[in-house]
Amino acid sequence: MMYPWLWRHLPGPTWARVTIVVLSVALVVLSLFEWVFPWVSEMLPYQDQTVGE
Amino acid sequence: MGVTGEVLVTAGVILGLFVVWQLFYTDVLSSRTQNAALENMDFVEDFHVPPVTVSGGVFSAADPDVPIELIPDELKVYTPDGAPIAAEPPAPESFGRLWVPRWGSDYVKPISQGTDRRITLDELGIGHYQGTAMPGEVGNFAIAGHRTTYGKPFADVDKLAVGDALIVQTEEAWFVYRVTGSEIVLPHQVEVIAAVPNEPGATPTEASITLTSCHPRFSAAKRFIVHGELEYWAPTGHGYPEEVFGTS
Repeated sequence: MMYPWLWRHLPGPTWARVTIVVLSVALVVLSLFEWVFPWVSEMLPYQDQTVGE
Repeated sequence: MGVTGEVLVTAGVILGLFVVWQLFYTDVLSSRTQNAALENMDFVEDFHVPPVTVSGGVFSAADPDVPIELIPDELKVYTPDGAPIAAEPPAPESFGRLWVPRWGSDYVKPISQGTDRRITLDELGIGHYQGTAMPGEVGNFAIAGHRTTYGKPFADVDKLAVGDALIVQTEEAWFVYRVTGSEIVLPHQVEVIAAVPNEPGATPTEASITLTSCHPRFSAAKRFIVHGELEYWAPTGHGYPEEVFGTS
C-alpha cells in the first residue's frame, strides 16, 4: 500500500507528518492548476472556437 | 485496498480537480486578466459608463453629477471612408474593446491580437484573427472567443439577433456594427472569415465583422458564426455612441 508506506516513512511526530502531507498536497494541486491542466486542456479539442485548416 | 485501488482513487481525485479547474477556476483567472486588460487601455471614454435610467425610450443620466455625453449625429460617418485604421499590433496586445448591449448593459471585453489559445484566447478572451481586417477597415474584422469557461466572452453568441449592435472602441474611433446573420459551420470552413464572408478571393467593399465560437456548448464539433456590417463610425473624444446604453 503506497499511502501507508509513505506515511510510515515520513519523519517526525504526527503533527510534523500532517504538516508535510498538507504542504505536499497543496504543492501538487498548485502545479496541476498552474501547469498541468492548462497544458492538458490545450491538447483536448473540446474548447476550440476558431476556424482553421 | 490495494495499490491499484489507491491509484484509481488518486486518478479520480485528479479528474475531479480538473473539472473544478476547467469549469470554475479558469473563469476566475481569465476574468481577472480581462479586467486588467480593460483597465490598461487608456482610451478617452472610460469603460465604466455613467449610470443611466430609461423611460419611454428616452434615457438620461441617473446621477445628475455624472452627465452622459453622446456622440453628436454630425460626427457619425455612415461609410468606412476616412476611418482611422490601426495597424495590427504584435500578439497578444489588447487594442480595442467590444461592447454588446444584447449581452447586458455592462458587457464590455478587451479585444487582443492573435488566436493562439494559450497566449490570447485562454487569458485575454477575445482574439483577432491575424491578417484579417482591423476595426472599421474594408474587409472582415474576424474575432474568436470562448463560449464556455475562461471568462466565456462569447457565452451568449447564439442570442444575437439581426440588427443587434456590436460596438468596437479603439484608441481613435468608435465603430458600430449591426448583426446581419448567423450560421453554424464545420471547423475547417475558413471562408466565414474571408474578406467578403463566404466568398473567398472576392474584393471587399464593405467593412464586416465576424465572431466565431464553439458549437454546441462544451463541444468542438462545429462553430457558431455571427456576421455583421459596419453601420457608422465616429472619432473618440466626443462621448459614447448611444448604442452602448442598449437603447437601439
